[in-house]
This record gives sequence, C-alpha cells and structure tokens, in this order.
Amino acid sequence: MITFDNVHKSFGPKRVLRGVNLEIAKGTSMVIIGGSGTGKSVTLKSVLGLITPDNGTILVDGKDATKGDRDAFLARFGMLFQGGALFDSLTVWQNVAFRLLRGALKRPKAEAREIAIEKLRRVGLTPDVADLFPSELSGGMQKRVSLARAIAAEPEIIFFDEPTTGLDPIMSGVINDLIREIVVEMGATAMTITHDMTSVRAIADNVAMLHDGVIQWTGPVGQMDSSGDPYLAQFISGSAEGPIEAVR
Amino acid sequence: MVITRGLAAVGRSSLATLSSIGEVALFLFSTLSHMVRPPFYGREFAMALFNIGWLSLPVVGMTAIFTGGALALQIYDGSSRFSAEAVVPQIVAIGMVRELGPVLVGLMVAARVTSSIAAEIATMKVTEQIDALVTLSTNPMKYLTAPRVLAAIIVVPVLVGIGDIIGIYGGFLVATGQLGFNPATYVRNTADFLQAADIISSLIKGSVFGGIAALMGCYFGMNSGRGAQGVGRATKGSVQAAAVLILAANFLLTSLFFGS
Ligand SMILES: Nc1ncnc2c1ncn2[C@@H]1O[C@H](COP(=O)(O)OP(=O)(O)O)[C@@H](O)[C@H]1O
Ligand SMILES: [Mg+2]
Repeated sequence: MITFDNVHKSFGPKRVLRGVNLEIAKGTSMVIIGGSGTGKSVTLKSVLGLITPDNGTILVDGKDATKGDRDAFLARFGMLFQGGALFDSLTVWQNVAFRLLRGALKRPKAEAREIAIEKLRRVGLTPDVADLFPSELSGGMQKRVSLARAIAAEPEIIFFDEPTTGLDPIMSGVINDLIREIVVEMGATAMTITHDMTSVRAIADNVAMLHDGVIQWTGPVGQMDSSGDPYLAQFISGSAEGPIEAVR
Repeated sequence: MVITRGLAAVGRSSLATLSSIGEVALFLFSTLSHMVRPPFYGREFAMALFNIGWLSLPVVGMTAIFTGGALALQIYDGSSRFSAEAVVPQIVAIGMVRELGPVLVGLMVAARVTSSIAAEIATMKVTEQIDALVTLSTNPMKYLTAPRVLAAIIVVPVLVGIGDIIGIYGGFLVATGQLGFNPATYVRNTADFLQAADIISSLIKGSVFGGIAALMGCYFGMNSGRGAQGVGRATKGSVQAAAVLILAANFLLTSLFFGS
C-alpha cells in the first residue's frame, strides 16, 4: 500500500506538485495519466527518495518512505526509467543482472547471467543481445532491456515510467501483457505512467489523472469513460478543445 | 549605483564560493567514509586504476621529458652567468622532484582524468543512470566516487615518481648531448644530491593532487545541471577547480615541507 498525503514539490519558482493525495492498494495496478511536464515522473521519484518533497508525506505500508533502512526499502522496488537509464559501460546482461552481481543479492556469475537471459526472453529479446552494449541497441530494445532489469530481482513494488513510449503497437501489446502478468502472477503492486490509452485499458485496475499539480480524478478503470470529468474526458478523447490548455 | 551593484555581485559570488567550499568538504567527508565501509566495488576500483594510472602514462612521459630538457637548458643558461654551470644536475633534480614533477603530473591528470570523470558522471546524472543506481540499491558515492578517488590517491604518486625520473632523464639527455656534461658524473651528482625528503614530498604531493583531481571530477559530475549544457558546464568547472586547487595545495605543501 502506497499513500501520498498532500505532497508538494517545487523547482525554483515552478510549482510542480501542489498537494497530491493518492492511495495505491497492495497488489493492484495504478496508472497515472496526464499531460507531459505535469510532474508524473516527479511523483514516482518522490516515493523512491530520488526527489525529496517540500511538504507532505509518502507512506509505504504505513511507514514513512524517507525514514528507516534505505537498502531494505529499495530492495523491494523495481523501476523502469522514462529514458531507460541503462549503464552504458556494462553489457546488456550485466545491466539486467546488476542487482544479482553485487550487494546482498549477489550470486554466481553464471547463474546471474542465466536469470538475465530468462528475463530478456520475457520482454521479447533473444539471448544474442546479452553481450551487446546498450548503445548498440535501438531505442525500443533499450526500453525492454530496462524493463527486464526492473523485474530481474522480482520486486514487490514496480514503477514503470512510460514503458511503451517509442515501441511499435505489437511490442507495446507484449509489454502491456507482461506488466499485467507481473501484477497478477507475482502479486506485485504497480504504478505505471503512460500516455497510451490502449495501455491504460490493458494494465490498469485504477487510474489517476494528474493535472495542475493535483490528482484531478481517480477511480477504477471501468469508470474512466463515464466519469463526467471534463479534464479526463478531454485527455481520453485527445481533443484540443476543452479545459486543458493545448499550449503549455 | 553601478558600484554597489558590482559590490553586491562580488559579495554574492564570494558567498557562493564559501557555501560551495562547505559542500565540497561534506562531499570529501562522505567519499572518505565510503572508502572504509563495505561493500567495496573491486571492479570499479581496478578500472579506475587502469584509466587514471596506466592510460595517463604517455602524456605524463611526454610532459616530463620536454620539461626536464627545457629546465636543463634554462639552468645552464642562468648559472653560466655566475660560472656555476656545474649545478645543472642538482637543480634539475630538485626542480623536477620537488615542484615540476608533481605539479605538471597533477595538472595533466586534471586535464585528462578530471574532465573525463566529470563528463562521464554528469552524463550518467542527466540520463538518470545515477537515479537508476540508487533504485538498484547501489550508493553512487560508494560505487562511482569512492573507487575513483581512492585509485587516484594511490596511483597518481606512482605517475609522479615516473614523471620525476623521466624529467630528470630529459635533463640528462640535454645536458650530456648538448651541453657537454659527462654522463657518469651527471648521474652521480643527481643521486648524491637528492634526499629522501625530496622524494617523499614529491609522492605526497602526487597523492594530494590525485585526490583533488578525482574528487573535483566526481563532485562536478554529481552536481551537474540538466541536459547537454549541464554536462558541458560540469566538465569545464571541474577542470578549472581542480587546476586551481592543485596549484594552491602545491603552495601550501611546499611551505609546509620546505618553508622556514
Ligand atoms: N530535477 C529537476 N530539476 C528541475 N526541474 C525539474 C526536475 N525534475 C523535473 N523538473 C520539472 O518538473 C516538471 C515535471 O517534470 P516530470 O515529472 O518529468 O514531467 P512528466 O509528467 O512529463 O513526467 C517539468 O517542468 C520539469 O522541467
Ligand atoms: Mg516523465
């Protein structure tokens, strides 16, 4: 269970989050939608302590996310970054197995490599990419490697920042199914950011829309189309007409 | 009006300098504390030793040999005004070992190593790789900064030692080839004259300068702004800061070892 309570964050004069309140129940899949630059990535990063909110609290299972044993806390998480964030000095399999090659979860190299190759297969990549460097892959392939890295240590809570951006529709479908599977099979709690409404319908239990620094609307995915919220309706239809300014 | 505004600008930048001194001190403290607490990243450390030490050898060798040669010419020219040409081996040795060896190697390391560390870490910061490290339960200070700074502290004195020897050899080549010195006498005069304290001070300077060079690269990289411009600024700032700090530290260390 992740709880945002009145979370604020500004960068200089720019007020990005202005009182975010949101709850994500254990084992459910929450999708956050919203225009670009509205602070969706900032929201995810605040949970992990990569960004410190100016105000408000974030609780994970009732405990303040910023306090206590950081290592134990982070060991429960996996995150796919918007830009992939692969380590370019390491090969693909070493990226995927990063956690398994050092620290508390360290295991023999051969075993780590095997797990990495298995995770690569799950995201639709063949073993022959294992020994390439990230710079030798296309953007979409990098994204999938990054996804494999996020799930490699079987985390309880997984964040996906735009997992399907830059992928073709078929590969997007594969990734959507995979995310759904991870939540259902592993019982993981997921928070996904996306602009892709097909993705939203495929992976969400609940949807939250971030606009103007607050959660404008949140509810089960089934109620999304009949919400009556003009902001959400405009976002779903992708119309230039409506309360959301097209020029931001 | 213009004057007060000018003064205010100077004041602001002095305040900024003071606060960044504080930040650098904290950064140094954090780096040192990560060096002594496990986990240790052996592979990162070995790579840093290789990059900072081995790959710097060519540029250190070139710098030292030309400087040693030029030093011999200058000292010969200067000392001949007092008919004291015989001091060339001694002054070349002392000049290289006490001052020029460590300073030139330090500055070369700042040019080569500080810039590349800063650019690498800043790029990692800008592309969220530093954030990714954190989410993979790896402390970036421990994984990136500590191994590089430790490697530099250990390996730059070795570079300085090699630079000293090559510099003296450069002086030797010029003195024996061009200025008519007897090779055996030149070597004996150099060896007899240099004291352990000269060599130790040279190596200590190397350690300090190496530490400064790597630390500045990491500090500016970790604090890089966003985008390509952020990486550029971090790189430029790191080399400037490292060079100035190395020269200032050199003055302090020289006064400490040889003042009074
Ligand atoms: N580290 C940072 N420093 C300064 N500004 C930032 C930082 N991170 C995000 N921002 C700003 O916050 C706003 C929201 O960013 P982000 O959460 O990445 O948007 P998105 O909803 O597209 O994911 C943007 O205007 C961005 O420029
Ligand atoms: Mg984003």
